[in-house]
Amino acid sequence: MTAPAAAPRAPWLSSDAAWGLFFLFPYIVVFVLFVAYPIGYAVWLATDLKAYQRLFDDPIYWRTAWNTLVFLLIGVNLKMILALFLSGFFALPYLWVRILGAIFLLPWAVPHIPSIISIRWMLNSEWGMVNTLLFDLFRIDGPNWLTNPSYGLSAIIAVHIWKYLPFWTMILVAGRMAIPKDLYDAAAVDGATKWQRFRHVTFPQLKALFLTSTMLTTIWSLGDFNSVYLLTGGGPADRTNTLATMGIRYAFRQADFEAGIVTMVSAIPILIPLVILLTRRLSKAGGRQA
Amino acid sequence: MSRRAFEYLGLGLLGIVVFLWTMAPLYNMMIMSITPVNAIFAGKLWPENPTLGNYATVFRQDNHYLKFFWVQLGNSVFIAAASMVIVLAIATLASFAVGRLKLRYGPLVNNLALTTYLIPAAFLAIPFYQVMGAYKLLDTQWGLIFAVVTFTTPYAIWVLRNYADSVPFELDEAAMVDGASRWQIFRLVYVPLIRPAMIAVGTFALLHAWNEYLYAFLILSHETRVTLTVTLGLFRSDDSAPWPLLMAVGIIYSVPPTVLYFSVRKYMVTGLTSGGVKD
Repeated sequence: MTAPAAAPRAPWLSSDAAWGLFFLFPYIVVFVLFVAYPIGYAVWLATDLKAYQRLFDDPIYWRTAWNTLVFLLIGVNLKMILALFLSGFFALPYLWVRILGAIFLLPWAVPHIPSIISIRWMLNSEWGMVNTLLFDLFRIDGPNWLTNPSYGLSAIIAVHIWKYLPFWTMILVAGRMAIPKDLYDAAAVDGATKWQRFRHVTFPQLKALFLTSTMLTTIWSLGDFNSVYLLTGGGPADRTNTLATMGIRYAFRQADFEAGIVTMVSAIPILIPLVILLTRRLSKAGGRQA
Repeated sequence: MSRRAFEYLGLGLLGIVVFLWTMAPLYNMMIMSITPVNAIFAGKLWPENPTLGNYATVFRQDNHYLKFFWVQLGNSVFIAAASMVIVLAIATLASFAVGRLKLRYGPLVNNLALTTYLIPAAFLAIPFYQVMGAYKLLDTQWGLIFAVVTFTTPYAIWVLRNYADSVPFELDEAAMVDGASRWQIFRLVYVPLIRPAMIAVGTFALLHAWNEYLYAFLILSHETRVTLTVTLGLFRSDDSAPWPLLMAVGIIYSVPPTVLYFSVRKYMVTGLTSGGVKD
């Protein structure tokens, strides 16, 4: 490219600040119109104290809050422990393990809607695959998976894990791959057992990534609308809702937008600390090692 | 049996369990899609008279639920493609500003984007819906496209920015010495070098739009404007619906994104490892 002779330029053309506005303009427009304004509107609606009263008087709301807690505590922890365990398996250098690793990613790659609907049918107590197998193999009449609230919530957790476990496993596999090999060599010289190697080499190296991942998946599990709505629809009798589905239900089924927003707002004690912590962790290191 | 063989056996068993767990719902989808509609209540592990007739029925739109199959498939394609293009354009521009220009407010924009990326989209659905009403974007495809753009652009900016950190600044400086404007640096230096990350975030936006359910069913309502995911969701609560047809649609809807995902998987890994994680 031929460089033009250093012609004097208008100062605004070379200033980063002016160019910055130019490059950021489309994003700023999107942010103001579709993020800032809706959030401001939600905050305004959430000042309606009567909506809190309506919510707290509704036993379904308390059931929903409890479900959300169970879903997070069991779903997230089970998923992350399984992911940590399986990441050891999928990091093994065998060809068949790598092929299985690709298959294992399928739930993650396939759209959510058809697979959840397929699982919904599998769990049908009369003609679903699960109860058919239970009967064929063990002569047991399987339970009504989706019409009993406890089984319903368990099924929701299972669907959630089926869908998201592969992703977190692969993140942790990538984390394991990044651990310097000489650490393991040194451990081998010291005659470390498998457990000691995990305890003293793998886990300390993986800890930061594991913590970041767990916090991220806690937030996103809170927002997992599909696993609940498409599997049980929050039923039976609204007893398997989580905050995400219940908020939508108040707003669009019962046409009570304030109650819907307040339902979402009640997740703030979990949401805000996690968002602040994560924004700091992720903007600092800007990557997996955060 | 030696200890080593014993371990290998354990691994093999684990592999089988993982395989069955992963494949069961997909296998169920597949066999349902080839089961004749009236034989679905038999609860068989393999249908007695497998048929591809369900697919033919879907393609001919020969069912009340599927009157607009082709239109709705087209809607999904259009919304996914438009979202991808817009997300790529906005995020590439913004990531250049945040990562390559020395801006006082750069870190602020970066953190705002990061915060937006962390808030679950479902939690903003209600005010978003009302704001879309104010903008007269309800029941329009642009409404859904903007929803997807809103929730995927922050992640895209973040991944692109992190990836761009691996592109040496000396290239920008050299171009600047040659008298290139910021725009020329962006177009001739920046964009060509971050292309792998652009493939990753473009695919991410495309898949996100293709799979979107909540915002699609809130924003869109007319049956000629909805995406196929909305139609699939409609079946959900109806046990008398023709489920084998639904599952045939499910298979048809799943194949393109799955093939796409696996064909750009190596870029996705680049995007993930340079940009952290996205679930």
